[in-house]
Amino acid sequence: MSIAKRNSRLSAIAGALATLAAVPARADWSLLNMPRGVSELSREIYDMHMIMLWICLAIAILTFGAMAVAMIRFRKSRGAVADTRMLHNARLEAAWTIVPVVILIGMAIPSVEKLIKIEDTTGSQLTIKVTGYQWQWHYEYLDSGVAFFSRLARSSDRARQLGSGIDPNTVDNYLLDVDHPLVVPTGTKIRVLLTANDVIHAWWVPAFGMKRDAIPGFINEMWIAVDKDKPGTYRGQCAELCGADHGFMPIVVIAKPKAEFQAWLAQQKAAQS
Amino acid sequence: MSTAYGSGTAGHVAHHGERPRGLGRWLTTTNHKDIGTMYLVFSLTMFFVGGTLALLIRAELFQPGLQLFNPGFFNQLTTVHALVMVFGAVMPATVGLANWMIPLQIGAADMALPRMNLFSFWLLFFAFVLLISSLFMPGGAPAAGWTLYPPLVLQSGSAFPMAVFSIHLMGASSIMGAINVIVTIINMRAPGMTLLKMPLFTWSWLITAYLLIAVMPVFAGGVTMLLTDYFFKTSFFNAAGGGDPVLFQHVFWFFGHPEVYIMILPAFGIVSEIIPTFSRKPIFGYEAMVYAIASIAFLSFIVWAHHMFTVGMPLAGQLFFTLSTMLIAVPTGVKIFNWTATMWRGSLSFEPPMLFALSFLFLFTIGGFSGLMLAIAPADFQYHDTYFVVAHFHYVLVPGAVFAIMGGVYYWLPKWTGHRYDMELAKWHFWLTTIFVNVLFFPQHFLGLAGMPRRIPDYATQFADWNMVSSIGAFGFGLSQLLFVWLIVKCARGGAPATAGVWDWPHGLEWTVPSPAPYHTFEKAPELK
Repeated sequence: MSIAKRNSRLSAIAGALATLAAVPARADWSLLNMPRGVSELSREIYDMHMIMLWICLAIAILTFGAMAVAMIRFRKSRGAVADTRMLHNARLEAAWTIVPVVILIGMAIPSVEKLIKIEDTTGSQLTIKVTGYQWQWHYEYLDSGVAFFSRLARSSDRARQLGSGIDPNTVDNYLLDVDHPLVVPTGTKIRVLLTANDVIHAWWVPAFGMKRDAIPGFINEMWIAVDKDKPGTYRGQCAELCGADHGFMPIVVIAKPKAEFQAWLAQQKAAQS
Repeated sequence: MSTAYGSGTAGHVAHHGERPRGLGRWLTTTNHKDIGTMYLVFSLTMFFVGGTLALLIRAELFQPGLQLFNPGFFNQLTTVHALVMVFGAVMPATVGLANWMIPLQIGAADMALPRMNLFSFWLLFFAFVLLISSLFMPGGAPAAGWTLYPPLVLQSGSAFPMAVFSIHLMGASSIMGAINVIVTIINMRAPGMTLLKMPLFTWSWLITAYLLIAVMPVFAGGVTMLLTDYFFKTSFFNAAGGGDPVLFQHVFWFFGHPEVYIMILPAFGIVSEIIPTFSRKPIFGYEAMVYAIASIAFLSFIVWAHHMFTVGMPLAGQLFFTLSTMLIAVPTGVKIFNWTATMWRGSLSFEPPMLFALSFLFLFTIGGFSGLMLAIAPADFQYHDTYFVVAHFHYVLVPGAVFAIMGGVYYWLPKWTGHRYDMELAKWHFWLTTIFVNVLFFPQHFLGLAGMPRRIPDYATQFADWNMVSSIGAFGFGLSQLLFVWLIVKCARGGAPATAGVWDWPHGLEWTVPSPAPYHTFEKAPELK
């Protein structure tokens, strides 16, 4: 290999390494992994996800490592001769049946605990009924009777038309903005009742960790609780294919401190009556 | 088995003699090799049809905003893409391999029921004529996803019964194919080939055939109920009439989960043939491999509702389906470890079939890991119906089932054509396919975790980068497959002659017949040592 060629190859490798090294600095981890979220449940779910991810990675390193070693050490081109008498090994096979069972039990225990917690909707302080329509959401605060529809914001709706000529990057929160957001109090266990008017939808805000189907004729329930110190705007989308505009029925939830929420609710009630 | 040879127009010609030429041969043949070839060609054609639909989908998703299609048509694309790939590409490919290789592997002269064999092929052919033409009918093809969930699917246009009827035909075709496989394997093995001496590809198909017979009627029943709901207001799935939309999901997934294994078990069988050949060493733990396939098949019947964790199942149901699903990791792990052990202390070489089998080993395992993560109900509440799921099932189906099938084609192609193929070209095909499949599907894990729902034609701008990467991977992957077609055509038309054994360390009866395999093989049952 000529020196010039080697140098150019070296500099190419160095360039590639430099780019690679810059990746962690530039990477936006929120685009790579599940959000930790702003509720107790979302953190529990995130932790479960990370436990699984690390266990899988560890197993992957071991099994892929073994495969790689086999591929390198036992190459015919390196003169490896096959040991054709190696047909089975009862102990080894028992081990790689039993060890995974033990690992799975280790995974199952936390997941059962978390599941029991997720499904416990008792002790809620507020109930909101969510109804899916093609293609908008209807929210009803059952205790106060405040109710309204929530649909894709006009700005996104104009931009998302076929051949609209509007660059989605110029639209604020493209496809994740609505005309009337749901407002909830922070630090409150909220029971969400879900149903639908036409076809099946699913209500999902990743920051709250949960999604659940809204099924016509049936009422599902789940609970959410936004951390006391995490007021803010949280966005999600319908997560069950519900027809042509399935991709265009977002969910926006504004979490406010309790007092502000009560004021907002009273104001809505006054306006609606 | 001269009866297998049929008594039609070609019935009385001498063996190895003339047969109808041209189109007539393919319309009337009852020869397992001809029918196998027809299935394989059909499957490859459908792979390109489904692939074209996938590229249309990825073209729309290349950047945010709608550039090419209305959302309604986009949903038709995803639905038909899935149905074509599952029922038109993957399943017929494994049926084609079964037709070609099972009689050769067990020393039988043909399949047990050759005319039914031909009938099931043509049923499948017309099923797809119906399905694909529904794209061009008023109202279009079904747009509710291949899962066909009501009530949404009942909003389909007037071509809906065509899709349902096409599913009925596919089901009938699959059931006939499965019966044929079972009858052949049970009755026509060469003397001395006991069940536990059968090659693993044959074993995997025997078990797959039972799965098919068990679940295809369930699916047919489900879509028939959709049909009566659509036309006769039977309200099986309509809550307003006393029905339950979730009932369909239970019926669908009772079929749908075993269906996943119908696609992957023959792939396991193929990989279990390839790895020993290129490790020059018998499969490690043969009996464990058989029992693992059987356990996976059994478990596949009791895990279906893990596709439905968000429908609001009782806690006990969620616990049961989480735990039963996790159990599948055990026999699957046994298979992965046994394949690794087969390579251990072997003498490995890396011809194209082995490359695909090794790529399968790594990438299918990645799909297995994401499957394990999805099995955990609490975590699934986040993953469900996102691109994480899309990434998962494409990892098990593309570098899983499809790679195994491609490996199988590279493994047996010299036996079919009698020619060695262009190894360099095959390696190019392999590397391009393996690189692009990861560019295509790996970023979809990120998209799903970051919150992108599946089955949407347009997305929020933060998902733009990875979607663009994925689309580039899709086009790279799609174009690379043209090499595959070119290689097959080249090999069919000529090339260096292949020996009977083809590979360095052939094992099994299929390598005892000449290459190309004569039109009639094993008219007299072979002697097993």
